[in-house]
Amino acid sequence: MSFLTLTGVQKHFGAFTAVEDFTLEAEKGEFVSFLGPSGCGKTTTLRMIAGFELPSAGRIVINDVDITHRSPNQRNVGMVFQSYALFPNMTVAENIGFGLKVRKRPKEQVQKRVGELLELIHLPDRAGRYPYQLSGGQQQRVALARALAFEPQVLLLDEPLSALDAKIRVSLRNEIRAIQRQLGITTVYVTHDQEEALSLSDRVVVMNEGRIEQIGTPFEIYNFPTTAFVASFVGTLNVLAASVVDAASGRLSVDGQEIRAASVSAPNGSKVSVALRPEIVTIGGEGDGNRLSGKIEDVTFLGSIVRIRVKVGEGAGRLSFDTFNNPSLILPKIGDTLALTFPPEACLLLDAAAEIPALSIDADEA
Amino acid sequence: MPDTAADGNKRGARSARPAQRRPLLAWLGVSPFFLFTLLFMFLPAGFLVVGSFLDQEGQPTLQNYADLTTPIVANAYANSIEISAITAIGGGLFGFLLAASVILGGLPPFMRNALMTFSGVASNFAGVPLALAFIYTLGNLGFLTAFINNTFATDIGQAGFSLYSKVGLEIVYMYFQFPLMVLIIAPALDGLKRDWREAAENMGATGFQYWRYVAFPILLPSLMGAVILLFGNAFGAQATAFQLTGGTIPIASIVIGAQIRGDVLHNTGLGFAMAMGMVVIMAMAITGYSLLQRRSERWLK
Ligand SMILES: Nc1ncnc2c1ncn2[C@@H]1O[C@H](COP(=O)(O)OP(=O)(O)OP(=O)(O)O)[C@@H](O)[C@H]1O
Ligand SMILES: [Mg+2]
Repeated sequence: MSFLTLTGVQKHFGAFTAVEDFTLEAEKGEFVSFLGPSGCGKTTTLRMIAGFELPSAGRIVINDVDITHRSPNQRNVGMVFQSYALFPNMTVAENIGFGLKVRKRPKEQVQKRVGELLELIHLPDRAGRYPYQLSGGQQQRVALARALAFEPQVLLLDEPLSALDAKIRVSLRNEIRAIQRQLGITTVYVTHDQEEALSLSDRVVVMNEGRIEQIGTPFEIYNFPTTAFVASFVGTLNVLAASVVDAASGRLSVDGQEIRAASVSAPNGSKVSVALRPEIVTIGGEGDGNRLSGKIEDVTFLGSIVRIRVKVGEGAGRLSFDTFNNPSLILPKIGDTLALTFPPEACLLLDAAAEIPALSIDADEA
Repeated sequence: MPDTAADGNKRGARSARPAQRRPLLAWLGVSPFFLFTLLFMFLPAGFLVVGSFLDQEGQPTLQNYADLTTPIVANAYANSIEISAITAIGGGLFGFLLAASVILGGLPPFMRNALMTFSGVASNFAGVPLALAFIYTLGNLGFLTAFINNTFATDIGQAGFSLYSKVGLEIVYMYFQFPLMVLIIAPALDGLKRDWREAAENMGATGFQYWRYVAFPILLPSLMGAVILLFGNAFGAQATAFQLTGGTIPIASIVIGAQIRGDVLHNTGLGFAMAMGMVVIMAMAITGYSLLQRRSERWLK
């Protein structure tokens, strides 16, 4: 029995389709992320749940009540904005209590609830401060408390951490998740940061150009991407050009070196792309796995790990992978030839024609 | 201090930052401004202060200030304050509502452009041309007066309306007051973030509650500042009123003119003292404003 349901939801702005056919069922207490590149319709979908945009088609149901046409102030849905959107003329306590005040709750009740929330966000001594007196991270915690104070049925967050610096981003996202678990509130979290989506969510909705590419647990999304887009957008991916030698036995040729894939559906002789997660690749290694050799192009020392880039053949592509650093490690040298192994099941076969966004190899650092 | 100078030179030569250049040229650039304020502000003001303490024969006296309480002077002040306050509040309210509906009401952008252009022109339309424009439209023989009288078979003059009355003067003042309000308050309205409205709605607030608890308190300092400005704008006006009423409605600025230049009321010292009084009233208005603003400043960065 799902708690939040979007059925065939669409949004057109004039001739432009921002969201097409969005269908999602979220359980009560579930933490769902919308993940996708800029402009893919994440915010638009979230705003339709909040009631700030009217869907062009489709239905939105919360707890068996159709809210598609309800005004935002009748929805009982809490929203956290990227810009915090705290009211500058009100103290922290007044901001948090706002939702209860406009509901005409008695003063003592508001005060009590505000106190509880200040405890929850670990800012009990900041009640009388004004927003400008708080750091960005504190402001966003207040915004979270404010969105939770009136006990909404669903919590919506639109890139709540993107205005904060990296360190606070990680600690605050864990705090958000902890609070969400504690309250058991159904949550939709919008982000374009795959690490955020993967580490926080029960399920991830990967979106691209207004469409849902895949819905699944972080484990499924990462390990079993169903489209080339998901494979390349989520996680780091090495892509090698290959041709099919024998589809039945899964044999492929990467610039003359033969490897095997678990299953090959393309016909013999056709061109395909082989995608490999970097963490599956090991140096040297024996056994019956796939083996590819290539020339080392680059070695980057990153502290706890060392990132190595190897060029496989001429025009087949590059493999980038990490090994853990340790003091006895002998760093390979640029120009050396290196043998790499990986299991056949790790080879994700993508259509050669499928467009691989340019973010495959090192883009996750951006 | 030769050391410091040498040090300064060295540093200046190395980094050659503009701030460390000799600012002679910059001072030269602003000198017309200082000359201007000296000639047309500080000198006349000093002249005014000194003159207000001199009698007709040029002897020192406090009589001019004592005379400020005479009925004719007090009445002039009362008229000025009344007209200024009414048109500041009225024009402020009207201008605010107009600007708010155009800027926040989701009207097409050309409406905003049209209003802003009109306001820019109208807020500067004052003095003799403005008075004449109203005389030709709403005066006893004005075409709008004639049109109304003919269409409705009445006589608005008989019905009690006169352009040359206090109410008439207020109507004329409104013509430049509300556009000025539109111009001053537009940036403040632009400063209201869409997210605030949405956050309020999201938490269950009605449109009215959003305005009462969020938008209005945020705008209040700007609104107060704008109304004070409008008050000053009307308080200092003279030519419009003089052209329109020929001095039959005694407002402070007209009475001052009469005291300084006039034949009937001629008393230069009293005129100067009255001008000082106007300065004091404006200063009080501005002080009141900054006190009020400081109260809301707690949350202003
Ligand atoms: N009010 C609007 N009018 C016209 N087009 C709009 C409107 N709102 C959004 N769009 C368009 O819809 C598309 C999706 O926008 P949306 O804000 O949902 O993207 P997003 O996934 O949240 O992106 P980002 O990560 O940059 O926030 C964009 O191409 C955007 O330009
Ligand atoms: Mg967005």
